[in-house]
Amino acid sequence: MTLGSIRNELVIERSADQVWELAGDASRLHEWFPGIVSLDMDGNKRTIHLAGGLSMPEDIVIDDKISRRFEYSITMPVFVFHRGTIDVIALEENRCMVVYACEADPRTMALIIGGGCYRALQELKRQMELQPAKAAN
Amino acid sequence: MGRKILFITTDQQRYDTLGCNGGTVARTPVADRLAREGIRYERAVPQSVVCMPSRSTIITGQAPSTHGVWMNGVPLPADAPSVAQVLKDAGYKTALIGKPHFEPFLDPFAAFAENRFAGGEPVNGHRGFDHFLAATHGAAGPLAYSRFILTEHPEFAGGFYPVLDGTLEVNAMGGGETGMPQLWNNPIPKELYHTDWCADQAISWLDSLDKDDDFFLWLSFPDPHHPQDVPNSELGRINWRDLDLPAAYPTNRTQREAILDGKPKHWRMWYDGTLVSNYEAPASWVPSTLTEDQIREFTAYNAIACELIDEAIGRVFAALSARGIEDDVDIIFSTDHGDLGGDFGLAFKGPYHVDGLMRLPLIWKPAKNANVAPSVVAAPVGLVDLAPTFCQIAGIAAPSWMEGKSLPVSEADAEARNFERVLTEWDSELFGVAMHLRTITRDNWVLTAYLPGTTSDGTDGELYNLSEDPNQFTNLWSDPSVAAMKADLLDDLWAHQPKQVTPLRPLVAPV
Repeated sequence: MTLGSIRNELVIERSADQVWELAGDASRLHEWFPGIVSLDMDGNKRTIHLAGGLSMPEDIVIDDKISRRFEYSITMPVFVFHRGTIDVIALEENRCMVVYACEADPRTMALIIGGGCYRALQELKRQMELQPAKAAN
Repeated sequence: MGRKILFITTDQQRYDTLGCNGGTVARTPVADRLAREGIRYERAVPQSVVCMPSRSTIITGQAPSTHGVWMNGVPLPADAPSVAQVLKDAGYKTALIGKPHFEPFLDPFAAFAENRFAGGEPVNGHRGFDHFLAATHGAAGPLAYSRFILTEHPEFAGGFYPVLDGTLEVNAMGGGETGMPQLWNNPIPKELYHTDWCADQAISWLDSLDKDDDFFLWLSFPDPHHPQDVPNSELGRINWRDLDLPAAYPTNRTQREAILDGKPKHWRMWYDGTLVSNYEAPASWVPSTLTEDQIREFTAYNAIACELIDEAIGRVFAALSARGIEDDVDIIFSTDHGDLGGDFGLAFKGPYHVDGLMRLPLIWKPAKNANVAPSVVAAPVGLVDLAPTFCQIAGIAAPSWMEGKSLPVSEADAEARNFERVLTEWDSELFGVAMHLRTITRDNWVLTAYLPGTTSDGTDGELYNLSEDPNQFTNLWSDPSVAAMKADLLDDLWAHQPKQVTPLRPLVAPV
């Protein structure tokens, strides 16, 4: 099996809607994903630029604001397959779970990208919980 | 002015690669002299047999369960305890030159400081080091040695073996004359190879100090870890065709496979290519295909790497002499773990707690003014004991977070201070395969208990009598004649487990 799968999740003490405002905005990934220094958007295409010097082109596959699910695929040649998924799941009025999953072939890339996703979730939680809680929509 | 500390590590070096330990292939006169003039340890045992956990043990003085680097790819937190910080706080000048690997190498997000320093980020006393110049096994990646090759000698960058393949798995591609995986002919001149580069950088840093400065220099050679790609110019040192096979390699295939069948089943599964339990060995390589000539060629290249290190440390010692400080320096030489090196028909490393991986070279030559007589210590000691040893050399109390104790200077000292047992751990959970081992080395016995995992229900294990079975051919785990010893060792193993950091820290990279 060459497909690797990594899932990171954590609970954020803010509403799902408030977290989705940032986590679901494809153009703001670099604001909370450590190691992504900038990005370019062109329709459903996104290119992220990494602190290590690499740039990775991506296709945005799903941007579902109702179920709060965002999916994208890194399309650079080293990946036979990649799918990144961010789910923001409401738990309580001001509490949600964010799941950031990564599947990749080669499987080692799932570990490397998944490690970045882990740190991104930590940073997302830090930033969100510094913000005042917004009233639920 | 106190005692200065030169701490030399290699990477993945077997005990039997030094002449002073009975090795007959590599010529290591510098290490041999160090052993004659200092303390040679005959049973130095790592707390993990892979790099990141073991190196984290060295710098923290803690077992892997305690420092939390439970497998390769789990970073040691930047604010983890560090003996270098303790020494720096005591006034020592501190440097790490060579392979650090407290943090993952595969780091496209530049998340880890080790990977950013060569790009200009200030070291700022990272882990207690004033000076930090990193190198690893080739010219790829963001470390200082890689940048040196890529910017000043780019014509040699492509001559190193590609450690990883196109899928970022450990490469199984073969080279040399036998097609041995991870073995390669490298056109780089000796003086540009990372072994000499590390020694050169160490000498330069020593030259930057005042004569009276106390220092802690960790000189960390990336070799003889695979790949075996020493400079071509050095290959004439040893003719691999002349070499004997390792004592732990039964040439009779039936006998070899029967030995493997007597061990927990992941041994034979790896040998047959039906299970690769860990990242550190080539994923697509099947050990049962390993030939006698491949083992010989590996042994020769590996021995040449050891000879180059020996000569390099000789140059560093000469620099100490030239500065007139050789009598003020404590020198400790060791490694992070061993290599299977053909034993049982296997190579590289993994969850296999036998001497190839577990018995390490360790030599300590105290400064002359310490008035310590040369000796040989047979009692088991661990790499966890290094950090408190550095503290003792510096004349400062070991912090309470260190779990080891300063190394004994004689067999009598070992007995007086109860150096009875050393514990080793293996944990890995990678791509759906989980392995968990707990090992005790005591009284010339080695016992490994398996916790539940992919190939174990938690009832199997290994037990070897090192006195009667130095190659660990016969697993006595189920032998009723040694049941009492097994029970005693198990009780001792579980009674002395280090504290466990929970939850486990996340795995964020393969290595």
